[in-house]
Amino acid sequence: MHEEIIMAGFGGQGVIFMGKFLAYLGMRKGNQVTYLPSYGAEVRGGTANCTVIISSEEIASPLSSCPYTAIVMNKPSLDKFEPRIKKDGLLILNSSLINRDPDRDDLKIIKVPATEIAMNLGNSRVANMVALGAYIIQKKVVPLKTVLDHLQDVLPKRAHHLLEINKEALREGAKIK
Amino acid sequence: MSKKVLMCGNEAIGEAAIQANCRYYFGYPITPQNELTAYMAGRLPEVGGVFLQSESEIAAINMVYGAAAAGMRAMTSSSSPGISLKQEGISYLAGAELPAVIINIMRGGPGLGNIAPAQADYFQATRGGGHGDYRTIVLAPSKVQEMMDLTRLAFDLADKYRNPVILLGDGLLGQMMEPVEFKVESLKLKGKGKKTSTNKKPWALTGAKGRPRNLLRSLYLGTLEQHNQHLQEKYKKISRKEVRYEAISLKDAEIVLIAYGTSARISKAALAKARKEGLKVGMLRPITLWPFPSDIVAGIAGRAKALLTVEMSAGQMVEDVKLAGEGKCPVHFYGRMGGGVPTAEEILAEIRKI
Amino acid sequence: MKKIFSRPQCMTDVRTHYCPGCGHGIIHRLLGEVIDELKIRERTIGIAPVGCAVLLYDYFDLDIIEAAHGRPPAVATGLKRANPENIVFTYQGDGDLAAIGTAEIIHAANREEKLTVIFVNNAVYGMTGGQMAPTTLIGQKTATSPAGREASTAGYPLKVAEMLANLPGTVYVDRTAVNTPANIAKAKKAMRTAFELQIRGLGLSLVEILSPCPSYWRLTPQESMKWLEEKMIPCFPLGVIKKAPPKRRS
Repeated sequence: MHEEIIMAGFGGQGVIFMGKFLAYLGMRKGNQVTYLPSYGAEVRGGTANCTVIISSEEIASPLSSCPYTAIVMNKPSLDKFEPRIKKDGLLILNSSLINRDPDRDDLKIIKVPATEIAMNLGNSRVANMVALGAYIIQKKVVPLKTVLDHLQDVLPKRAHHLLEINKEALREGAKIK
Repeated sequence: MSKKVLMCGNEAIGEAAIQANCRYYFGYPITPQNELTAYMAGRLPEVGGVFLQSESEIAAINMVYGAAAAGMRAMTSSSSPGISLKQEGISYLAGAELPAVIINIMRGGPGLGNIAPAQADYFQATRGGGHGDYRTIVLAPSKVQEMMDLTRLAFDLADKYRNPVILLGDGLLGQMMEPVEFKVESLKLKGKGKKTSTNKKPWALTGAKGRPRNLLRSLYLGTLEQHNQHLQEKYKKISRKEVRYEAISLKDAEIVLIAYGTSARISKAALAKARKEGLKVGMLRPITLWPFPSDIVAGIAGRAKALLTVEMSAGQMVEDVKLAGEGKCPVHFYGRMGGGVPTAEEILAEIRKI
Repeated sequence: MKKIFSRPQCMTDVRTHYCPGCGHGIIHRLLGEVIDELKIRERTIGIAPVGCAVLLYDYFDLDIIEAAHGRPPAVATGLKRANPENIVFTYQGDGDLAAIGTAEIIHAANREEKLTVIFVNNAVYGMTGGQMAPTTLIGQKTATSPAGREASTAGYPLKVAEMLANLPGTVYVDRTAVNTPANIAKAKKAMRTAFELQIRGLGLSLVEILSPCPSYWRLTPQESMKWLEEKMIPCFPLGVIKKAPPKRRS
């Protein structure tokens, strides 16, 4: 088993949390994992991204020049990462904020109106969990139940009142095929 | 009881330092090591320690010099440009024979360079870095767990030899998160911990009560050559006793990769790919960069057809490899600079060329 | 016969290397007397500077560490934070404290480090051969201001004591001199106050001491005392710059 995934979006869209959570889930499942954020001057000006690698074998580099999967939450992230995805890879995009179709035709593309769904649930900030739910169903790195069960492990205590809405977002995302 | 925790390398160093009974940290912000400074700022007060954000890297290393003189386990951390500033203090620590741990989470240079990971401070770390004939023990982790383990070791070696120890990581190792095993009890360590070092330090400055006064200095007018001879004897002893390395698939290896830190983990992946192609590739990963595993390299050079050193620099460790190999076999080099990180494919291509 | 004069107990029986007429010898002795009188020898740690007083560690029977040029306040910070029960003093010259170590002294003072700083101002670099110091007077000839210091190219005499007195972290700043018996007595009193404040656990105190350097002022010892009086004091006026907080009544 080997998965390399890049998650990207505006600061505040929760891509860093999404990445850490996924790495944590991979670790819980007994896999080797690495999580690498973009840092420093690179993250100024609004965009954030991180790379998560989950593998049954030792992970050489935490960088991924050619990710198997990209989850892009806004248009600049689509522009930046679409060309880098591995051939026949998976692209999950937040269709609420991205008004163009991807250029590539080899990719499996899942359009998730993540922000819209999140707003309907009552908080636009759980769009990340909608996207993660959609991803989990596609790649099945861990079962959805595990994701739901372990959310409280990583969600900061101050955000525990948002546990249910985050879970709901994961479930809604998981419905999208 | 131990528990796996997801932690970034910088934080793992911080927690390891606290587990190693370090209660004094002095530092100045610089990317990509800021998580360590922030971790110590939050954690040290919980265990009765002292965190101080200094006015400069120069002040920080001199505060370490002071706390170490008092007999305490003390640490500072920075990244390449900041480590250049600390060299004065490191030279004084070496001269006065004070134990201290210095973390360098390397970034691209020269000058301000960039904040991407690099391994271009190898010369600076292994040759002494500052002025005068001295050496620092240099430990090179290649994963987050090892950042933790080698930090603990760094404090023990520093005390054992009364010598500064440098942990040489890079931005990638500092920033990335990986699972690390922790003793759960130590993570819960709270309250006034033991502030003094575990080792007795009769030379420490505590006030000359009931004993002859202690003097710590690096000024030796008229007797400096003897002092240098004493230091060199110590360095020889360290060279004999403290070499550490990891050897992978060396038995039948015709081409041996030599790499440390981030370069080593990527070289390891290249090795696996090469083996799949039937290429007899092995690898040596120096864990101590000083003392360098020269004897091991010499042995390998006598058996292998070629060595390939991989670094995130223009070629620094490769000089030690060549010195140790004494021309017994060709030494090749592949490097990326200025924040470039080699890929396994690039390394494999270099292997195929040989 | 009754012994009426002897070496302070915290000082060693060693002849100093200082030049004839140098002020360091007097200041050392005052420091020794104060440490003896306050009975703090066994918990005092001294920090020797780079400069003429670098060999201070040979003259005091105290725990001493020698620091890099300008860094004593940072080293002192490390020592004092590690063992707050120790009494830690730095002994620094004008090059050490007012040039290369400006950042360290300002920030140690600003952090309210509980330290005693003895600042010896002789308006010149002694150890390296009489170069211009940050405290060199306008018009003063040195090895590196052969025509006399000019403000337009070399700036003005730096008044560190006044600067530091502005910081809330300093508890006591005083400027004294060792050119007359009366001033010597005042200098000793100021040093004693500075140590007492540290014993009380209060913040940084600094005693600046104007001190003669006949060798690099190119004057005789007697002329030096006169020069200090007539030239230096007008530029660096003596007296308390920041008053020590009153002692608590016991």
